[in-house]
Amino acid sequence: MKLLSRTLLCASTLLLCNCAEQLVRVQPYERGNLAGPLMSQERDPLQKAMTEHAYFSREASFGGGGVGGGGCGCN
Amino acid sequence: MKNIIRTIMLGLVSLTWASAAPSVGQSMPKLSGMLPGAAIPNTAGKVVLVDFWASWCGPCKASFPSLNRLHQRYAGKGLVIVGIGVDEDPAKYQAFLAKQKVAFALAHDVKHKAAAFFAPSTMPSSYLVDRKGIIRYIHTGFKGAKTEAEYAKQIEELLAK
Repeated sequence: MKLLSRTLLCASTLLLCNCAEQLVRVQPYERGNLAGPLMSQERDPLQKAMTEHAYFSREASFGGGGVGGGGCGCN
Repeated sequence: MKNIIRTIMLGLVSLTWASAAPSVGQSMPKLSGMLPGAAIPNTAGKVVLVDFWASWCGPCKASFPSLNRLHQRYAGKGLVIVGIGVDEDPAKYQAFLAKQKVAFALAHDVKHKAAAFFAPSTMPSSYLVDRKGIIRYIHTGFKGAKTEAEYAKQIEELLAK
């Protein structure tokens, strides 16, 4: 009984490890669609500028509104 | 019962190992097997640089002039550069190449067979292989002149062996 429970524990750990490896998101070489300009959150520069202006006027803070890089994982 | 358990565990462990990507010190597999129909140059006894790129990847585009320069400088001394494009859309692959002046060999991995095998962690990724067919260096990303200088140093080292 003890052997069986230990085996089941080991097997499920290994199985989950494999799942984690296999289910890893989109691979770097499959990010063609994610890297497209349509996937950008800031497609309209004017709207982005206005939103940022409203944000720093309201919050009295500037910058820190974005992250580096797009979705392609190139940088 | 014990035998069955042992078999299952072995199977799971081998599954874990099977998913490992090639690393430094491992033999380079035959590219022609993974890229059927591609014109892969003869790499026997040569130093080989295998570069994974895509048309949608900015740093990949930036790396092309450097790879061209490396090809011009070292091809006569025994370097073979193979650029493997991973675009899913053949039209985008062709359109990108039409804008580039590429001097080195190219292959289109449309089914991602080679990419799935090498599992590059980022784009671009490249594998520098010595004359005996062993992977000696792996580059991830492209950082302009810094990466080009690293390539040149490592290529010269491998060509001298």
